[in-house]
Amino acid sequence: MNIESPGDQEERSQAVAGATAAIVSDEPEVPEEAQKTGGWSLRDLVRGDLGQLPVFIGLVVIASGFEIWTGGTFLSSENLTNLADQVVSVPVLGLGIAAALVLLIGEIDLSLSAVAYFCGAVTGVLSVHHGWSAVQAMLAGIVVGMTIGLINGVCVAVLRMPSFIVTLAGFIFYQGALSHILQPQTTLQIFDPTIAGISNYVLPTYLGILLPAVILAVYAAGILTERARRQQAGLPVQPLAQVALQVGVPAVLVAVVIAVFDTYQGVPLPTVITMAIILIFWLITTKTSFGRHIYAVGGNAEAARRAGINVVGLRIAIFTLASTIAAVCGLLIDSRSVSAAAQVNQYLLLFAIAGAVIGGVSLFGGRGSMWGVVIGALVVGTLYNGLALLNVGPDVVLMAAGVVLLIAVLIDAVARRRSVTGYR
Amino acid sequence: MAQNPAASPMSQTAHSDGTPRLRLTGINKSFGAVRALTDVDFEVYPGEVVGLVGDNGAGKSTLIKVIAGVNPADSGKIYMEGREVSISTPTDATRLGIETVYQDLALADNLDVVANLYLGREDVVQRIPSLGGVLDETDMERRTLDVLRQLEVRTIKSVRVPVAALSGGQRQSIAVAKTILRNPKVVLLDEPTAALGVAQTRQVLNLIRRLRERGLAVVVISHNLADVFEVVDRVIVLRLGRRAGSYDIRSTTPEQVIAAITGAEFGRVD
Repeated sequence: MNIESPGDQEERSQAVAGATAAIVSDEPEVPEEAQKTGGWSLRDLVRGDLGQLPVFIGLVVIASGFEIWTGGTFLSSENLTNLADQVVSVPVLGLGIAAALVLLIGEIDLSLSAVAYFCGAVTGVLSVHHGWSAVQAMLAGIVVGMTIGLINGVCVAVLRMPSFIVTLAGFIFYQGALSHILQPQTTLQIFDPTIAGISNYVLPTYLGILLPAVILAVYAAGILTERARRQQAGLPVQPLAQVALQVGVPAVLVAVVIAVFDTYQGVPLPTVITMAIILIFWLITTKTSFGRHIYAVGGNAEAARRAGINVVGLRIAIFTLASTIAAVCGLLIDSRSVSAAAQVNQYLLLFAIAGAVIGGVSLFGGRGSMWGVVIGALVVGTLYNGLALLNVGPDVVLMAAGVVLLIAVLIDAVARRRSVTGYR
Repeated sequence: MAQNPAASPMSQTAHSDGTPRLRLTGINKSFGAVRALTDVDFEVYPGEVVGLVGDNGAGKSTLIKVIAGVNPADSGKIYMEGREVSISTPTDATRLGIETVYQDLALADNLDVVANLYLGREDVVQRIPSLGGVLDETDMERRTLDVLRQLEVRTIKSVRVPVAALSGGQRQSIAVAKTILRNPKVVLLDEPTAALGVAQTRQVLNLIRRLRERGLAVVVISHNLADVFEVVDRVIVLRLGRRAGSYDIRSTTPEQVIAAITGAEFGRVD
């Protein structure tokens, strides 16, 4: 906070208080040279696509630490595949995306983990006890998730109930409902080969390379087309070096990840499903007007309403989408453990929300990105996995996760105070 | 003041010609037991700037919100260019060509200038059902720069910074630019010069004149009678939720308007 000069303070109080008698005109405040609406600085970089850089560096530091500490076990292909499995199939990452969507509109969903397990159990019961086919049972599970989200959304958006309490009630209720439908068992074995097969299926090597390559090529083409259009329209464009960075960094990361997967087993289907969810919601949040409206509602719901955005409908849609993603995550849990459990993993929800917040999604709404959630979930997963490799108990893991989460929220709170008051 | 004689004949002809761009009759609005507006009439003609003045709690903001569709009226009729219309949501108002700049500016601080300007009606390259469409960022950014140039807003470094980073004056400019972008027929400005410095106030008043030159009907709510007398053609006074009179600015003194606002004896009401 004390980075700001006294001048900034003055400007800010003027902006916030809306003082009637403003003394200074705005004219002299910006030097002539800065008016050419261009200028890509390091700050733009950090704020833009590479905004996740600090968290990413944190992740690299933590990972390197574990690599040294465990004497080379941490970064082995086997362990990294294991890490991916923990993040994807547990499924911290998928629920992190769901949690992030709700956080973006300035609400919170505490029922996600319970909904995931409940929907998984619905699928299991329909498949085992009622003889539904795998596809029917899984679709039913997803429809149940959608319905739950719809109910949450109506409670929050239409009935104006606080999302914290609505979803806390849901968390408790669906835990009860989960053991109710599984009674008298505590674990329901799922025999269906299709459901179990999801987590065992590994993409053939050529697809595992071709698919991401095509996506990256489309991404690069998109950036270059946009750049050409901007040039044509006479707008300032990024230097080519930055474009190279924008395409190169993800390309290298993807190549490394694929290489790691392929030296062990290959790319597992749950990872592909989770990546698809991330890609879809990244595209929705950044490239569509619906996505723009999500951020607008999180930033200033009243402004969004006056701009003609259907805020009520959007809130319902977001809760519905979040619970639908949770239902898909429930299927991944089913598939991985070949069963539906009556006991919800108690850390799952906290890790999912922690991942989102560590990845830069603001608890106050309107700020955050899907790729941030990926990095945040990896930070949480790395802590969990690395500490487990060192044979420390869950006691230390939880304490470490708590400290990291606290630091992330602290950064969020400071960032928010600065953006409300003066931003720079 | 110097600009008024040049501008007034235009509004004079508009008056005699007939239909107002926007007319409200018999508007009533209550909040619970509180009557905010009682039987209020209001009209504004094309190419005319009307000042809506009154003491605190006189119903100015309530009337603006009725016109903007934010808080629809309990009863009363609204005519747009002589045709009766109903305005019950902000979308109704904008569809009729009524744009509003609120006192709180209604900007999303976390979004950049371009996103705020186009909020709720983004340019899209490709429509997608239920997602709106794929944003056309290039086109929106180009047109944003065009509009800011037209409005002579020169102090904004980049249209890609979040508006939280802008000063009060810059934010006001963005809010006004937002309306221009949409080719409105009627523009409502709620306290547009509050919180502005001298130079920025001048810019906003010039901007209001430019809106009038385009033949728009402009309604300005203001506490600042100096600003009002500098730019408006006619003043409509509200007092305690009722219309206390309409004054042609050329034949009125500020004292007469103040008298109408406060309800003093010597105001000439027509």
